[in-house]
Amino acid sequence: MKHTLSVLVENKPGVLARIAGLFSRRGFNIDSLAVGVTEDPNVSRMTITLDQQEHPIEQVTKQLHKLINVIKITDLDPERTVSRELALMKVSTDPKSRGEVMQIAEIFRANILDVGKKSLTVEITGTTAKIEAFEQLLRPHGLLEIVRTGRIAIERGEK
Amino acid sequence: MKGSEVIIESLKAAGVDVVFGLPGGMVIPLYDAIYDSDLKHFLVRHEQGAAHMADGYARATGKTGVCIATSGPGATNLVTGIANAYMDSTPMVAITGQARTDLIGTDAFQEADITGITEPIVKHSYLIKSAKDIPRVFKEAFYIASTGRPGPVLIDIPSDIQLADIEYKPAGRIDLPGYKPTVKGHKKQIKSAARAVAAAERPVLYAGGGIIAAGAEKELLALAKLMKIPVTTTLMGLGCFPEDNDLSLGMLGMHGTGYANYAVTHSDLLIGVGARFDDRVTGKLATFAKNARKIHIDMDPAEISKNVPIDIPIVGDARDVLAGILAELKTMKRDPKKTAPWLDQVIAWKKKHPLHYKDLKGSIMPQYVIEEINRITRSDAIICTDVGQHQMWSALFYTHTKPRHFISSGGLGTMGFGFPASIGAKVGRPRQTVIDVAGDGSFQMNIQELATAVCYDIPVIVCILNNGFLGMVRQWQELFWNKRYSETVISCQPDFAGVADAYGALGITITDKKDVGEAIRTAIKARKPAVLDFHVKQEENVFPMVPAGQSIDEMIGGHKT
Repeated sequence: MKHTLSVLVENKPGVLARIAGLFSRRGFNIDSLAVGVTEDPNVSRMTITLDQQEHPIEQVTKQLHKLINVIKITDLDPERTVSRELALMKVSTDPKSRGEVMQIAEIFRANILDVGKKSLTVEITGTTAKIEAFEQLLRPHGLLEIVRTGRIAIERGEK
Repeated sequence: MKGSEVIIESLKAAGVDVVFGLPGGMVIPLYDAIYDSDLKHFLVRHEQGAAHMADGYARATGKTGVCIATSGPGATNLVTGIANAYMDSTPMVAITGQARTDLIGTDAFQEADITGITEPIVKHSYLIKSAKDIPRVFKEAFYIASTGRPGPVLIDIPSDIQLADIEYKPAGRIDLPGYKPTVKGHKKQIKSAARAVAAAERPVLYAGGGIIAAGAEKELLALAKLMKIPVTTTLMGLGCFPEDNDLSLGMLGMHGTGYANYAVTHSDLLIGVGARFDDRVTGKLATFAKNARKIHIDMDPAEISKNVPIDIPIVGDARDVLAGILAELKTMKRDPKKTAPWLDQVIAWKKKHPLHYKDLKGSIMPQYVIEEINRITRSDAIICTDVGQHQMWSALFYTHTKPRHFISSGGLGTMGFGFPASIGAKVGRPRQTVIDVAGDGSFQMNIQELATAVCYDIPVIVCILNNGFLGMVRQWQELFWNKRYSETVISCQPDFAGVADAYGALGITITDKKDVGEAIRTAIKARKPAVLDFHVKQEENVFPMVPAGQSIDEMIGGHKT
């Protein structure tokens, strides 16, 4: 099962290197990692997804906690979390296939960012599953390039 | 005030009076400030020596050890010493010079990314980029190094920061939102631990270096006595429980005593305190104390259930938690006679499987040298060691009765640690007899520090168990590699006594058993650095021994023949 860790860290130089180093030397594989500032400029949030089967999540969080710059770790419960990922995809198109790609994009509420002679660039936001489904549909047309941000997630508000 | 002077003020504010180091281009400003300061600086001959001296000083005194090196090669020479301190949780602050801030990242002369290089082996590190941060960084560094699970902290200081002119303002309150070590144990967990202890019929206390770090030896002894629980210690824990007490089982693990390993294997409750279930202790995990419930008390939550699943985990300071368990037990109905049959069994194991060796005529047995050191110093010396056979014999054949009296490279297993560590220990505890038991291989890894010992008149006694081999590897080759002694024969040796003499130390070569005691007594009386070169039996093995990956009750050489 995929786990999403939301890690608050001090916004200081070298913190990302410390976390990346910890994962590599303890043999934990990161599926994705997204970093950005938070509402507090002294604090950054890292959203890390990893596979629970490969690594006991408890050992990962305990080791992370030992880093002085790590303030708080939340193992996000998928039931109580909304998550999004953003991807940019450059698809090979010719005048004949362009329409079909645009239709697929419309169904997925993806935006066309750039139209070239032989390609279309689309932007899609959504859950990892949605982005993967979109990718599957575009693949037969020839995917020239994909860029993904990695998952970011936030706990739902009190109902 | 110059940045370098602010460094001195910050060191003083942290209570530092002793530092070990060696200058270089990027720490000239700092050394210029040291020139005028009251700090006692010990000039080493190699930076690795400085790091190990700071480590030995810290272990002998409980204070935080400090070492200084210049940028680049000076800093990289500290690396082994920092890694050693990290693995054995020694409080240490390492200060390095760095290229000017405007040159960082340009491959400047003697530039090395030392915060990057040491990242996996420090508790924390700093690269100071503004001189006004110096007081805060030093205050935080000493706090982090010495609290929680102790460890080394590195401070990298570019030369222009040392030269900057600033107003010195002492550091304010420490604000580290991500660092709040848990000291007090969880009340409910302490209660269930006490209940488990009261209910156990075959309990064993398994105590490690955390007892010494926490100063919890009194509480450990009180718990063992109150509930009549036998105690085994790890290599790092030697001295935290007096081995002359009937409840002592000595050391456990790969080269542990037979009775310690049998007791752990057959226990119904294993109480681990300040120990980390290391592979050299547990052997095969699946069979390690397999019928025992397990309590684990540790400062570091990441150690709990890391290697062995734990039934009752308690995060906290060993002294606080043990005191809590004792207080609980005193309010409970308890029957200290409950463990009587178990203690009878332990006595039977002790009788059947004592530590032993064959005393061969015409040879100096290495174990005998350790026994003589033990006898002559009345088990009261500080013993330092490197890693290998001499280390295990020192662990097994010396009677360890006091904490901070056995200083050895446990986790990293560093050859060359013992001698500089003994110098640091002697600096910290000048009235104590300090003996470094070394191998002929390992002593040569930091032999240059003889100059430091002689120069500052630090009378440590090096006892080389000289067998002409890299002995522990040779033992493995003998037992598991068909006696193919690949590159472990070091027959080409200097005359160690002659080397000592050249440095201005006392050197004695001992080739006859009857001269062993006399040589030790002469060295103690000499009150100057001494090297005793004991030519011991060459192909002697450390027994008992659990082959790597086997259950700890499957020992070689555990039976007396």
